[in-house]
Amino acid sequence: MSTQAQIRSTRPPTATAATGKPHIVVKNLTMAYGSFVLMREINFTVRHGDVFIIMGGSGCGKSTLLRHLIGLKEPATGEIIYDDVNFTRADPQTREQMLRRFGVLYQGGALWSSMTLAQNVGLPLGEFTDLTPSQIREIAALKLSLVGLSGFEDFYPSEISGGMQKRAGLARAMALDPEILFFDEPSAGLDPISSSLLDELILELRDSLGATVVVVTHELASIFSIGNNCVFLDADSRVQIATGDPNDLLANSHDPRVRKFLTRGKDKGEEGKSA
Amino acid sequence: MSQAVNIGTQGTVSFTRSETSLLIKLSGPWNLTKDVPSPAALRRELESDARLKSVSFDTSTLTHWDSGLISFLVQASATCRARNIQQDRIGLPVGLRRLLELAEAVPEKKGTRSAEVKAPFFERVGKMTIGYGLSVSDFMTFLGDLTVAFSKFVRGQARYRKVDLVEVIQECGASAVGIVTLISFLVGVILAFMGAVQLSQFGASIYVADLVCIGMTRDMGAIMTAIIMSGRTGAAFAAKLGTMKVTQEIDALTTMGISPMEFLVLPRVIALVLMMPLLCLYADFLGIGGGMFVGVGMLGLSVRNYLQETIATLTLTNLFGGLFKATFYGLLIAIAGCLRGFQCGNSSSAVGDAATQAVVMSIVMGVVACGLFAVVFNVIGI
Repeated sequence: MSTQAQIRSTRPPTATAATGKPHIVVKNLTMAYGSFVLMREINFTVRHGDVFIIMGGSGCGKSTLLRHLIGLKEPATGEIIYDDVNFTRADPQTREQMLRRFGVLYQGGALWSSMTLAQNVGLPLGEFTDLTPSQIREIAALKLSLVGLSGFEDFYPSEISGGMQKRAGLARAMALDPEILFFDEPSAGLDPISSSLLDELILELRDSLGATVVVVTHELASIFSIGNNCVFLDADSRVQIATGDPNDLLANSHDPRVRKFLTRGKDKGEEGKSA
Repeated sequence: MSQAVNIGTQGTVSFTRSETSLLIKLSGPWNLTKDVPSPAALRRELESDARLKSVSFDTSTLTHWDSGLISFLVQASATCRARNIQQDRIGLPVGLRRLLELAEAVPEKKGTRSAEVKAPFFERVGKMTIGYGLSVSDFMTFLGDLTVAFSKFVRGQARYRKVDLVEVIQECGASAVGIVTLISFLVGVILAFMGAVQLSQFGASIYVADLVCIGMTRDMGAIMTAIIMSGRTGAAFAAKLGTMKVTQEIDALTTMGISPMEFLVLPRVIALVLMMPLLCLYADFLGIGGGMFVGVGMLGLSVRNYLQETIATLTLTNLFGGLFKATFYGLLIAIAGCLRGFQCGNSSSAVGDAATQAVVMSIVMGVVACGLFAVVFNVIGI
């Protein structure tokens, strides 16, 4: 009972669908490794409640863009704004507070290997809340049950399968009831069924937590089933070549590169074709 | 005109020339695991006559083929293209033809192969100098971050798990006792032997006790413990943090708003700085024990005499000087290990490199510091 109360009290009730208010605004972002420019002039807006997809071919900088969004890499130029607060220029304290509103699921789960699943999920709770150890454990168990891992509290990450590690990573990402969930290639290394279950889980969490979701992926099935907004990065021209709802892009985009990607190369994207 | 290049019982290639065309006859088993003919003979044949306009293939006696033949033909067709020679592939097996087309479907992307251009001497010197400059600035940044983290720790605001601290303390304290015992006892024995050879010539064997006592407490105890700990704990720190970097565990901490500096580095530095003087003290006594083993066992000194001489020589200045040095070496080892771990690249071999570099860096820094201490202690008269 107390656990439920804690959960409720930690976050205000939020709307369940996209409310249209900008949540993340990326302005003229240029990403570079040293003098090597990876992507130029990226501009997009993610609204509250969006499931926003970052897509593009392998090696185009999708994961790097995600690393910029979560502050692991600094932009060469441009800025990233969360809810009118400039993340790029924020001072360390503000930044740390903003980070606490993010939940990140890394490609390989990135669970802390020397801790059990319950400790993994409980660590942020222990650091940032005044909960007692037994309350933390209860909440950790609850979060693990949300991702279907009840009973695995005392397992170490190395003792469970890759799919389970990913779900445990998701439970940890949700530990502090984040406002924005970031997913780096959530379906990489998962079988089709686990991958579609994870997609459902993402939507479920978006609706129940009212969170905004940003997903890096190139899985077409996920893109069409969960995404309602996207940015498409092109490795050759090193700029973004499309934004918007992926289903709209499939129906209306004239860009041959976008069409080719969204149709698994079946549509060669004849320019002369009428849309 | 016909000639054959025969390689034992394996696949063979032979050429038949007419005015402007060349018939390449491939026969026998072309098996990659055995030896296949080199494309050089074919290239010579193609380049021998400028009038050559087309090549065709005869594979009627070819019994087996694999990648060895494809590679041969890909190189042949590159030469043909360069010399504008038509290729008629009708004579090749269908599967082979498809694989050739596949290999040539995507033309080589220009600029992807790294050019083997050797930079001029001064450019290389300049780049290395800048590289060293950057590594010094990385080191300073790390030191600064560590200082900030430590000041937070002192004020009780640092985020770390006490259980981690205790675990690291056990790992670099209690668990290291065994190897420190062995090494420092032997160092005592070695010191005693070195002294005994000279001193017994003057009938002054009893001074072996002085030599061992001063040697161990002043320098050898500290530096030997430091060398053991760099190999043992410094490498372990680098490997552990490097692996956490590769698996993105450090990123996960950062995006949680937990500083890896406080959470990972601080407990390690504190643990090693606390444990090094204790291990050094232990090593001092073991070393003296080793010296006594030689003195009593080989030089015929009595235990009582040896101990008396040792106690008379033992000064707190030397003892605490050694412990102070050990503490400082501990700091260096922990910093080197953690810094190299953080700088680790994103592959499993990078973790190994990080561990190696951590050991090298901490031993080098330790020995340099030891030399500096010797000079400074001498100047200030300790």
